[in-house]
Amino acid sequence: MKIFSKILVILSSIAFVLSLISPVTAKVVGDKIVLGAAVSLSGKYSTNGEHTKNGYNMAVQRINDMGGVKVNGKSYKFEIIYYDDESDSSRAAQLAERLIKQDGVEFMLGPYSSGLTKAIAPVTEENQIPMVEANGASRSLFTKGYKYLFAVLSAANQYLEVAIDLAVEKNGGNPINLAMAFEQDAFSQDVRIGVIEAAERTGSKITIDDKLPKELNDMAATLAKVKATKPDVLVVSGHSKGALTAIRQIAEMKVDVPMLAMTHCDASKLAKQHGKNSEYALCAAQWHKTLTYEDSFFGDGMQFDKEFTEIYGYAPPYQAAESAAALLVFKDAFERANSFERSKVRDALAKTDMQTFYGNIKFSDAGQNVAKPMVLFQVRCDGDNCENKVVAPTKWASTKLVHPIPKWSDR
Amino acid sequence: MDFLIFQNPILIVQASLDGLLLGVLFALVAYGMALQWGVMNIINVAQGELVILGGYIAYFLYTAGVHPAFGILVSPIIMYFVGVGMYRTVIFRVVNRDLFISILATFGISILAQQLMNTIFGSDVVIAQSNFGTSFLFDYMVTLPNAKIFSAVVSIFFALIIVLYMKYSKLGRAIRATAQNARAARILGVDTDRVYAATFGINAAICGVAGALIAITFTLHPYVGLPYTVRSFMIVIVAGLGNLPGVAISGIGLGIFEEFSDYLFGTEFRIACVFLLLVIILVYRRFKLSRKREYLK
Repeated sequence: MKIFSKILVILSSIAFVLSLISPVTAKVVGDKIVLGAAVSLSGKYSTNGEHTKNGYNMAVQRINDMGGVKVNGKSYKFEIIYYDDESDSSRAAQLAERLIKQDGVEFMLGPYSSGLTKAIAPVTEENQIPMVEANGASRSLFTKGYKYLFAVLSAANQYLEVAIDLAVEKNGGNPINLAMAFEQDAFSQDVRIGVIEAAERTGSKITIDDKLPKELNDMAATLAKVKATKPDVLVVSGHSKGALTAIRQIAEMKVDVPMLAMTHCDASKLAKQHGKNSEYALCAAQWHKTLTYEDSFFGDGMQFDKEFTEIYGYAPPYQAAESAAALLVFKDAFERANSFERSKVRDALAKTDMQTFYGNIKFSDAGQNVAKPMVLFQVRCDGDNCENKVVAPTKWASTKLVHPIPKWSDR
Repeated sequence: MDFLIFQNPILIVQASLDGLLLGVLFALVAYGMALQWGVMNIINVAQGELVILGGYIAYFLYTAGVHPAFGILVSPIIMYFVGVGMYRTVIFRVVNRDLFISILATFGISILAQQLMNTIFGSDVVIAQSNFGTSFLFDYMVTLPNAKIFSAVVSIFFALIIVLYMKYSKLGRAIRATAQNARAARILGVDTDRVYAATFGINAAICGVAGALIAITFTLHPYVGLPYTVRSFMIVIVAGLGNLPGVAISGIGLGIFEEFSDYLFGTEFRIACVFLLLVIILVYRRFKLSRKREYLK
């Protein structure tokens, strides 16, 4: 019995070592192109992780149904191996290693959030694995000289630049006074850099520059300062918690400000949770269903919205739309490369220049999508029914920007 | 900022009132922690998660169409049983053990609670609308959300009830006796196991009330419990165990100090200032104690 268990131990050790040194080549199996993705299916990002996964799945289904990816005259179907990164960056990096070294994946899709993308990118870069990511907007992703990282979304510093330009325009082209409150995390601080650059460019003055600690859920002091200094614009970015806290306390403290620009209105379901209190908030978003971009797979944004809602039972947030777009980019690159060689696919990705329902996609040398502007929408209410309406860029505006925001005493 | 607060003296009033209202709520959570720490000698790292769970109960009522303020009645009842359940499954095993073991056990509970709340309630940040409106002072220059005033009043009310209960009820006396000397209490016929269970339950109920108040004043998320644990820990450290007026004063004091440090040093240094104050207080205490020892020599 002892000998038997010894043999068993030796055999399983050999099997384990073999599994480590000889990875399965799984990039293309039969007629399948296998992509790898670590997304957050549990932990604090699980909701957005789910949106990401649903976006990927919907695009895979659609591309496969419409004939798949044609390489060298043969049609291939997409398949994705998913792992749950538990919203933890060290786990995400481990899983990326596992996808590459054990599962033999040679093409990757990004995780959810800048933090997790930052954790995975060094791994894919070291192994020269092309990764198309749709949910990492932090500027630092594009300053490290990564060659295998391609992001379909606009970088974080672009989020609220448009809002500042808009406020200056509404002020007759004259500089404005700006109050800012940003959470102390990578994403929000990148948004802050963009706003500071826009302020410098327009000669505007920053009167309040508060950096909110992550654990803080009270902005009363910042808002009291805003009341005292009466700026032209108040900019807030602090994920969903920041957006919900800001609106709650602005309404409670009756803070009057001509323009309120924010991020994460969509993710925090601001219009639904705060109703009329959130009216006139100006929000930056990567995508909105009313934009008129088109492609042959999903049609336009409205059609994507309708079909996504039918399948998953809820309206697609922009995280789902950009994730779906990542698959369209991969399909296009494979077909142009006409090969599964990583370097060729990487070069084809670098030369991407296409339109999807989500927007135009063209990568800079740093892998950042430079062809798609951010959109700004304003929360507008009809009775108790509040909706996000696009107000900028003017080309896609479905309604006119209300500026200045009516005073609380008149609302 | 050029000390905006001194250019606009009305901000001093605003900061003091905001700090007061914030401090009272934190003092309530800290009181729960002080109670079970004093009685059971357990540092409950899952205190914040109990608060958030209490908040989710109020939020659940809100989504069912009930005004979230009713959460202050429903949440403590449910949370009491959650607390007793936690004691009966985990805490009773660590009551008389090393403090480190209890920290480890409650840390485990905290992680488990976070993940369970995440699975059950989802990872979205949520709020419950009270629609209580706003009070204005000094010709609209100082604004006080009624939800925060309501929170402070309810916190004081519940704290008073617990103080009276501790003083006059049979269980309250048993709890106090156990806190003073568990062994002696056992000899005199107090069922300390029941007392411990009730204490943990009362702490969870206090967290339930605080959570319901947080649902209508701030935001809820499965992973935002830690700041409440840390804050109450600090308040208890500053006040000392078994010192209820101390907990109230230290809670309010820390709330006001936090608001003022925001205006004086910037929002980013707000929490750092509170920790700095904690260090200063601890060093001062040690200094005082060492002086006392020298005197006794």
